[in-house]
Formats: sequence, C-alpha cells, structure tokens
Amino acid sequence: MSLALRLPTPARLGYSFNWVGRIGLAVILFWAVIAVIGPWIAPYPPGDMVDYDYFGPMSGQFWLGSDYLGRDILSRIVMGARYTVGIALAAVLLACAGGVVLGMIAAVIGGWFDTALSRFLDAFNGIPHLLFGLVVVAAVGSSIPILIVTLAAMYLPGSYRFARALAVNVNTMDFVTVARARGEGFGHIILREIFPNILGPVLADLGLRFVFIVLVLSGLSFLGLGVQPPHADWGALVRENIEGLSLGAPAVIFPSIAIASLTISVNMFIDNLPTRIRDRSE
Amino acid sequence: MDQPLVSVRDLKIGARTDSGREVEIIKGVGFDIAPGEIVALIGESGSGKTTIALSLMGHARPGCAIQGGTIRVGRRDVTAMSERQRAAMRGTEVAYVPQSAAAAFNPAKRIMDQVVEIAAIHKLMPREQAEAKARQLFRALALPDPDTIGSRYPHQVSGGQLQRLSAAMALIGDPALVIFDEPTTALDVTTQIEVLRAFRSVMDKGAMAGVYVSHDLAVVAQIADRIIVLKNGVVQEEGTTEQILHAPTHPYTRQLLDAFEPVPHVPEARPAAPEPILAVQNLCAGYGAVRDGVPAAKILQDVSFQLERGRNLGVIGESGSGKSTLARAIAGILPAYRGNLLLDGKELKPALADRSKDELRRAQIVFQLADTALNPAQSIESILARPLAFYHGMAGAARTARVVELLDMVRLPGHLRHRLPSELSGGQKQRVNLARALAAEPELILCDEITSALDTVVAAAILDLLKELQRELGLSYMFISHDLSTVEAICDEVLVMLKGRVVEALPAARMSAEAAHPYSRLLIASIPRLDTGWLKGLERDPALVAQFAGR
Repeated sequence: MSLALRLPTPARLGYSFNWVGRIGLAVILFWAVIAVIGPWIAPYPPGDMVDYDYFGPMSGQFWLGSDYLGRDILSRIVMGARYTVGIALAAVLLACAGGVVLGMIAAVIGGWFDTALSRFLDAFNGIPHLLFGLVVVAAVGSSIPILIVTLAAMYLPGSYRFARALAVNVNTMDFVTVARARGEGFGHIILREIFPNILGPVLADLGLRFVFIVLVLSGLSFLGLGVQPPHADWGALVRENIEGLSLGAPAVIFPSIAIASLTISVNMFIDNLPTRIRDRSE
Repeated sequence: MDQPLVSVRDLKIGARTDSGREVEIIKGVGFDIAPGEIVALIGESGSGKTTIALSLMGHARPGCAIQGGTIRVGRRDVTAMSERQRAAMRGTEVAYVPQSAAAAFNPAKRIMDQVVEIAAIHKLMPREQAEAKARQLFRALALPDPDTIGSRYPHQVSGGQLQRLSAAMALIGDPALVIFDEPTTALDVTTQIEVLRAFRSVMDKGAMAGVYVSHDLAVVAQIADRIIVLKNGVVQEEGTTEQILHAPTHPYTRQLLDAFEPVPHVPEARPAAPEPILAVQNLCAGYGAVRDGVPAAKILQDVSFQLERGRNLGVIGESGSGKSTLARAIAGILPAYRGNLLLDGKELKPALADRSKDELRRAQIVFQLADTALNPAQSIESILARPLAFYHGMAGAARTARVVELLDMVRLPGHLRHRLPSELSGGQKQRVNLARALAAEPELILCDEITSALDTVVAAAILDLLKELQRELGLSYMFISHDLSTVEAICDEVLVMLKGRVVEALPAARMSAEAAHPYSRLLIASIPRLDTGWLKGLERDPALVAQFAGR
C-alpha cells in the first residue's frame, strides 16, 4: 500500500471530468451568456418586421434568415434564449429542489406524514400537465413567474417520488442510524447523511426533467399560454414557423437546433459529471 | 498413486479494474487433486480462493479472465475448451455449491424442480428417475421428510436445510469433482454441524473429489484431506490437514493458526466503582405496531444484567436470538417498551429523543458492517470530525489535530483522513468506525458483531486494539458476537441469549466448564475445534438439538 502523501487537489479527489462533459458544460454556459447579454448583441429588435420577404434564406443581412412575418430569426433566437433557458432552468431547479427536499423529509419522518404527502402528490400527478397549465394561466393570467411556478408544480410530484424512493433506501443504512443514535437533528440527517448519497441519480433525473420542461413550455406557448408575443421561446419559434419546413426555411431549423443543442448538452454534462458526484456509492 | 483427477499448472488469472488498470489476481498457482480426495483452499478475502475454485469449471467472474496456465479435469483440458464444451462439463463432471444457498435457489420454483434441473439440462435420465435419485440424496444428506421436502418452496425450509439441498442439486449429476464455496459461512454454529456432517457422509460414500473453499481453518479441519493456504493469489503452503494444523512451516500459516487460539482475557484489577456502568432491568423491546403499549412482535423479554465499570460483557447467541436488538434498545434506537436502563446509576429514557446529549455521548454503538456504517459520501476527516463538533464543539485546527490523534489511537496513519471510506480496506474501515465512537469520549461502547465480517488475522488485530484502548481509556465494552472464541478473548462475563431471553450468565474464562443450561452447553459444544477428529467424536443429544437448533 502506498503511504505517500496525497494532496487533495480536485483532480486527485476525482472531481475532474471528461471531454464530453466539458463540451456539454461549454454549450450550457454559451447559452446562459447569450441569455444574459441578448439585448445587446441581437442585431434587430425581435418584434420588428425587417425583411420584405417571409421565410427568407440565410444572408449577410439576416444570418439565420427570417420568419413568417419577415422578422430576423437570429435576433429572435437570441432573445428566446432568455425565456427557454431562464424559465426551464428556474422551473426545473424549483421542481427538483422541492421534490427532493419533500422526498427526503417524507422518507425520514415516515408514517402518516409520508403516506399523506405521497397520496396527495400522486393525486396531483394525475392531472394532465397541459390541462393544469391551461387552468392556472386562465385563472391568474400569464406572466413569467406564473409560468415558472406552474411548470415547477407540474414536475414536482415526479421528482418527489424519485427522491423519496432513493432516500428510503439510504435512510435504513447504518450510518444514518449512527447519526441518529448520536442525537443528530433532522436537518443534519437530511442534508449531510442522506442528500450526498442520492445526489447522483437526482442530477440525472434533473437533466431528463429539464428536457420535458422545455417541451411543455413550447407547448404552452403554442396554445398562447406561454411567453406572450411578440417575444417567443424557442419552442414557440419552431411552432410558429412550422409551415416553413416545406420551404426548407432556416426559420424552423435553427430554433430546433438551439433546443437540441441545449437539451443534449445538459444531458451530456450530467451524464459525465465527476464520478465522485455522480455515483458516490462506488 | 495413479493420475490425479485435477491438475492445475501455473494458473494465472487477471482482471481489468474500472479505471482500466490490469491486476493479477492469481499469480501462477499449481496443485493436483487425486480422485476421491477433498482439498481445501484456505485464505483471507482477496486471496483468490474462490477465483481458483471457479476456474476449475472454466469460469471466470465478469471482468476476470484466465490468462495463462493449464487446468486439466479428468482427461479434458478446461483451459482449451470452448464455452459450449465447458457448459456441457458443468454439472456433470464439475459441480458447484455456492455460499449463499438462499440466493442460489429461485424463490418462485419448487425445490424439486430446481434440484433435478441438471439432469434435465444434460438429458442424463428421465424425470422419474431423477426425482428418485434426488430423494435418495435428500436421505443421504439427512434432510427431514426426504420424500416430500422437494415439493416445498425455498422459503419453507431452514437455511441449513437449503444449503444441504443445494449440495443435492450439485450431486445429482454424479460429478467427479464438487466445489464447495464457503457453504457453511452464513450458517449458525449449531446448524453448521449438521451440514458439515451431511457433506462429510456423502463425500465419504461416493468416490467424488472435492474442493472446499473456506476462511475457517477449524471447519476445513473436519472435512479436508489436504489444505492449500493461499495469500494474494500465491500458494503459501500445501500439506495434509494434520501437517498444516500441527506442523505448519510457513509463517503465514502459523499466523492463521495463532489468530485462532484466543488469548484468554485477563480482567484489569480496578478499584470497584460503586455503581455499575450499565444496569438493565427487565428490559422488553420489540417491533411492529404498538397496541396497549406493547409492540406486535416482541423480541426482547425480561432481559436483566449488570456491567461493572471497566469490565466487558459478551452477548452470544444464534441469529434471531435478539442480541442486536438488545444493543439497539440500550442505545435507544429501538425504544424499550418496558423495563429500566441505568447508565452509571442514573436512569436512561428509552427513546433517543428524551436523552440528553451527554447521556448519548457516554454510550456509543459500533456496527458490524463498516461498509454501511460509514457514509460513503464523506471523507474520513468529516466522518470523525462530526462527533467532535457535535459533542465537544471543536472546530478548526484543534479538530483536525484531534482527528489525526483519533486515527493514531486506532493505529491508522493520519493522512488517511483525506480518503473516502471506499478507498480503505475492510479492517481499516472498522478501525475508523471504532474511532468515530471514540471521538465522543464514551464510557461504554456497544460492539455489535464488529469482527464478524473481518478476516481472522484482521479481527485478531482489532481485538488487540480494543484491549489496548480499554487499558488506556478505561472503557467498558458490551460485545455482541456469535463467535465464542472472540468473546472469550475479550470478555469477563458472557450472557447466553435464546429467543429474546437471557438463558444464562457465565464467567467467560470458564464458559465451557460452568455452562449449566442445556442450550449454552449445546452452543459451546458446537464451536468447531482445530482438530481433525472433532466432528467424528462429537456426541450430541438429538433431543436437545431438535429442541434448540431446529431452525
């Protein structure tokens, strides 16, 4: 056995990750930056009809062509990044954070609390997602915070179920019993003993849920309940330009590529997280 | 002697780890097995004993591969065979009895269907004939109701019976060689004897050769003709059982034998403290739904004992006797529903939540499996630092210094604190587990089978450490174990438990001489001795066995 001194650098502790993960992270960061600086780099105002042609081709003037009303697609994608990245990310973080925290609490407390919460969220999960969104937006009107909360509420029960199932298994391990016998409080048991051991699968679940939320968001926008015109998220861009597909218009292709690049890279990143984070039990 | 049945020459087996590193598991092993001979492969975990045994069937576990050497069984060269030829050989020429019979049986199928499966797969004989043969084997293996036991499901028979049934499954194809992979390790001692006897008698009758893989020299002494001692994939010593037991030449073999001979515990002479550190009076505890203050499944019933300060109490009994439940009830993890607990004369509340932090600090519990008792997501440093911060409010450099000191107390180098539990060996993990209990500066440590999952040599070192810590820190231990020699090595007093009750309290040093209760005597007599004639000479009262070991 080597007794040489091991310095705890990130790489030696196993926190370095491979190229696929790095590419994924780079793409995510790219879109995050675009979302922040969008208004300053968009060549045209996203709502203005700047091209005389509709479904215009890629040109020096309009890099990614123009849409069905002659608006500049590049500007619309750049501005749409705010909605897609922002809303989807905020909603998925909210859904997973809420679901995981509730799941761990239910697993540790158990008993009637667990049963009541689980059955309530199961019942909630029974409501179709789009229908739920329709009712909420019809009732309180559409705004970005409402969209985020609605999307988060749709995906919280699934995340709760997933986290609870994992936490129930960890909760029976001896190290949790030791912590309990030591007299540790509820917060310590949940955050220090259980959470790190379910983090890997929870992150993988988060990646998957993110993709679903992007899809539902575009669905809501299509129904006129999501992001309100003249702004549009990427999903809405695809929907409103879908007729251009037969014309081979870039207006429909590039928003699709944007969605694909983001969702694929989120999953690439999460699947290639450092082993230490992804699979702690190894 | 004519040609050996099995000959292994220069066997090399390697594996590729997850990180892509090549490791050599078996480094050039060679041995012969004569027809009808039983050879034991003995060694610690990781010594390659199971890997070698499996290679005799031409099987390498996933990730491993036979990389060199030859294995000949009968007239066939196993190493040169195709996978299809090997599959034809398995079950008919070489058969395998796994460690965990419970995991080897399909719980959804009747036992008979599974036992005769080998005959069906290899088209050896018609079903009627196979079943008749199976019944014959059940009889030879001394199974109860041999004619009807086959129609039961695996969960309807006991662990010892299931292990014998899995031997019947292996023997039905009349193999020339049977591989036993630690078949009695998971069994209770009183059950182990029945299983060993059954194996011994069928192996004596038939002309089959056997390979018996085990880490337990005393078990091997009862059944093997020859012993091969392995360590790190290399043969250390090979010889007849008599020679290995009585005249070992290799220092490692001697170390294994020494670990087997417990050094009797000499109690420290101390001024008698006025109060016992722990007094338990009429303790009752159980699981399940509580109705009228009494849980549905009562485990502990009226347990009473006292543990004097600086002394050690052993608790022995077979699985299901309530030993671990007793430790959990004392620690408060499972609140007792009746009875009193006195820690140093002061009453302890049954439930954890009602105890003060100081009361919790003074009694610490250490669990059997360090793998599950250490949080895999935390470094050793944060595992040890937590009780320091929690009980003593330590922080910063003082806490780090104390962590290093604690690691030193359990004889581990301080730089290990940066590692994760998965990066330590089993013995190291158990030391960390112990260090975490010591961090609280307890007066009483409840040790729940803490050496049971460790190799003999490692376990002996842990016991030495416990004694040393007791001298330095004046600790008291409650030591739960199913292994009597371990208890003998460390305890002053022993409680014998059966079905949740204490049947007898004995001084550890004179355990075998003074045991009066029939169950204690049966239990003590069932511990295998390092003597080849022990099993043959063992006389047991069948009525007694039926009364207490009928599980």
